Amino acid sequence: MVAKAVWRPDIKELARIEGQKRPVESGHRLCAGCGAGIIIRQIAMAARKPLVWINATGCVEVATTIFPYTSWNIPWAHNAFENAAAVGSGVEAARKKLARVNRFDVDPDVELDYDVIVLGGDGGTYDIGLQAISGAFERRHKIMYVLYDNEAYMNTGIQRSGGTPFGARTTTTPVGKVIKGKPLFKKPIMDIMVAHGIPYAATVSPAYWNDALVKFRKGFEAEGPAFIHAFSTCPLGWGSAPEDTVKIMKLAVETCVFPLYEVVDGEYRLTGPSVSIAKNPDRKKPVEEYLKLQGRFRHMFKPENKWMIEKFQEWVDRQWETLLKRAGY
Amino acid sequence: MVVQKSVSQTMMALNGDEAVAWAVKQSNVDVVAAYPITPQTIIVERISEFVHNGEVDMEFIRVESEHSALSASWGAALAGARAFTATAANGLALMWEILYITASTRTPVVMAVVNRALSAPINIHNDHSDSMGARDSGWIQIYSEDAQEAYDNTIMAFRIAEEAMLPVMITLDGFTISHTLQNVSVLPDEVVSNFVGIRKIPRIKLPHIYGEKEIPLMLNPKYPISFGPLDLFDYYFEHKVQQNEAMKASVPIIEKVHREFAEISGRSYEPVHMIPYKTEDADVVLLGLSSTMSVVRKVVDELRSEGKRVGAIRLRVFRPFPADMIRKELSKISTVGILDRSLSFGAEGGPVFMEVRSALYSSSSKPTVYDYVYGLGGRDLPPKLIKKAFNELLEAREEPEKPVIKYLGVRE
Repeated sequence: MVAKAVWRPDIKELARIEGQKRPVESGHRLCAGCGAGIIIRQIAMAARKPLVWINATGCVEVATTIFPYTSWNIPWAHNAFENAAAVGSGVEAARKKLARVNRFDVDPDVELDYDVIVLGGDGGTYDIGLQAISGAFERRHKIMYVLYDNEAYMNTGIQRSGGTPFGARTTTTPVGKVIKGKPLFKKPIMDIMVAHGIPYAATVSPAYWNDALVKFRKGFEAEGPAFIHAFSTCPLGWGSAPEDTVKIMKLAVETCVFPLYEVVDGEYRLTGPSVSIAKNPDRKKPVEEYLKLQGRFRHMFKPENKWMIEKFQEWVDRQWETLLKRAGY
Repeated sequence: MVVQKSVSQTMMALNGDEAVAWAVKQSNVDVVAAYPITPQTIIVERISEFVHNGEVDMEFIRVESEHSALSASWGAALAGARAFTATAANGLALMWEILYITASTRTPVVMAVVNRALSAPINIHNDHSDSMGARDSGWIQIYSEDAQEAYDNTIMAFRIAEEAMLPVMITLDGFTISHTLQNVSVLPDEVVSNFVGIRKIPRIKLPHIYGEKEIPLMLNPKYPISFGPLDLFDYYFEHKVQQNEAMKASVPIIEKVHREFAEISGRSYEPVHMIPYKTEDADVVLLGLSSTMSVVRKVVDELRSEGKRVGAIRLRVFRPFPADMIRKELSKISTVGILDRSLSFGAEGGPVFMEVRSALYSSSSKPTVYDYVYGLGGRDLPPKLIKKAFNELLEAREEPEKPVIKYLGVRE
C-alpha cells in the first residue's frame, strides 16, 4: 500500500528545504555533470524522516568518502558491492526491534525514527547485487532501494553492465572491426523488481525534479519495499558534455528511451512528459536526438552502422508499446 | 573443564546445534540473520521455533544466502543491535568477503560455525577446512569440544565480541557434536541475561565534528557517522596495524569473560586458550582442537596405564593465537604431534602445525614437531590410530624421523 496523501512541493518549498536537508556537502569528488549528485540531493529533499543511508560500492561511495574525510551529513554506511540491500535489511530489522522495545528511550543521543535508503549503481543492481535486492524485497523490508543507472561500471573505468544499452561503447564492449559496441540490450530491471509484488516502483529522470521528488517521497511512504530506477547521466563514461547532463536526462524521456512511470501495488501509471507523449504520439522524438549527444554511440551514425540506430529505435518502440498497454493506453 | 558448584541449572538433552540455539535464545540477541546449511540447520530451525512460539523477542531475517546473512548481521550490529549468525563450510566460504569487512570495521557480530569439510568434492561431514580457511580474516576463533562448551562459548562470545569490538566465531564439530545428544547444563534465563546484559553501544569522540561530546558508535541520525569509507595508502596500513593490536588486546578480555562465566556457571575452562592434560611429566604430547581431543585424552589414560608418559593439549582459542602459552607449555617436551583436521595445500603442513612450529622457533628448547593430518571429510579417527601416533612420537623421540607430515587414517 502507498499512502494516498501525496506531497507535491513547489519551488519555494524546495528552496526552503534544500539548505536544511543537504546530505552531501560540497567538496565531494563526483565529476562535473554527474547525475548521481543530483539524485542524492533529491532523495534527501523528499525525505519525510531522518535517513540512514546504505551505499553499495561504486562512484558515489568513492567520490564522497576518503578517510579521514566524508561528505555525508547523515548516517552513512558502505560495506561491499553486492550486498547493500542485505545490509539495509539488517539495519531495518534492527531499527524495528530496538524501537519495539524502546531500547533508547532513555538515551537522548540516539534517534530510532528514521527511514532506510539503499543506493546502488547499475553494476550493484542489475548484476552483482540482484540477489540481495530480490531477497530483501521478498522479505518485505521497509527500505527504499534507489538505482542510479549510469549504464556501465563507471567507477572501474567504463565496463559494460547488464544495464548498458545496445550499441554503447564501453571498455569491455569496444567499437571493434567486427563487433561494434554492446551487441545486447538492457536487462528489464523494472520488470524484475515489479515482479516481486512490491508496493511501489518508479522510474525517475532527475531533470523532472517535481516528478522525481514526489516519487522519492512515495517510496519513503510505501508500506514495504520501494524501488526507484533513477536515470543518471555520466559525462565521462558517455562522452557527453557536462553541461548537457540535464538535456540528455530530458531527451531520454522525450524519446521514450527512459519513460517516466510508476507502479503502485501492481498498477502502472505514466507520469510527467511520458503522459503527453502517450496522448500525442507525434511528440515522441526519434532516438537519434538522444544518441547524438553521446560519444558512446558515435559509431552508430556512420553510414554502414545505421542499422544499429534502427535496431535501437525498434527496441525503444517495442518497450514503449508494452508500457502503454500496461498503463492502459 | 573443571566443574564447581554454582546456581541451579537444568540438565537438558541437547545436541550441539540445539545448545547453541538455546544460548542465543537466552543472550538478549536482537537480530539473527542466517541461511540453512547442513550441519548448521538445527540452529536456525530451533531459533525459528523460539521466534514463532513467541519465546524470544528477536528479528530473525531468513536471508537468501550466507553472504547476505553476514551482511545483514553487520548492518544490524551497526544499527545498534546484538546480532548473531551461523553457518558451515561453503556458507562460510561464501561469506569470505564480508568476514574481513566485519572484522575490519570492528563490528561485534557473533557466529557459530558448525565445522564441515569444504567442497569439492561436496561433503557434509566434519573437518576444519572451513574455519581454518578463515583464520586470517580478523575474527576471534574459539573451538568447542562438546555441546556443553558450544553453549558456554556462545554465551561468552557476545561479551567478548562487544568488549573487544571484534567479531567472534565459535565452532563445533559437524555431526560429531552438532547432531549428537548430550546432557547439557542450561543456566536459568535470567542468569544468562544478566551475564550478557543488553548490548551496550560504545561511545567515541570525534573532536573535529562533535567536540568533546562522546557519541554512540552506531548508525544514528542524532550523531551521524560515516562507516566504511574509502581508505587508501594514507591510512589503510595504520588501520590494519590497529586491527592487529585490537586482536592482541582481546586476550585479557577473553580471559576475564571466562573467569566471570565460571563464577555463574561453575564451568571453568582454565587456562582458557588451551587446556593441557597430563603434560607435566610427558615425554610426548598430541595437540589438537575440538571433539577429537576427548578421545585423545582417553587414549592418554590408556597409554599412561601402560607406563607411557604421554599427554595432550586441546587448543581452544586459535585466534588470537596463544603463542607464548604454547612456548611455555611445550618447553619441556621433546616431541610434539599436531592433529590437523585440514590442509593448507602446498604448505609444509596443516594450519595448526604451521602456527605451533612457528611459535616454537623462538623457543630456547625446540621440540621436534610432527603433523598428523586426519579426519578430512569426516573420516573417523579411532583410538587405535591415536595410539599409533603416540607410539610413533615416542619412537621418534629416540630417533627423529622424516617426513614431518603424516596422514592418519588415509588409504595409501
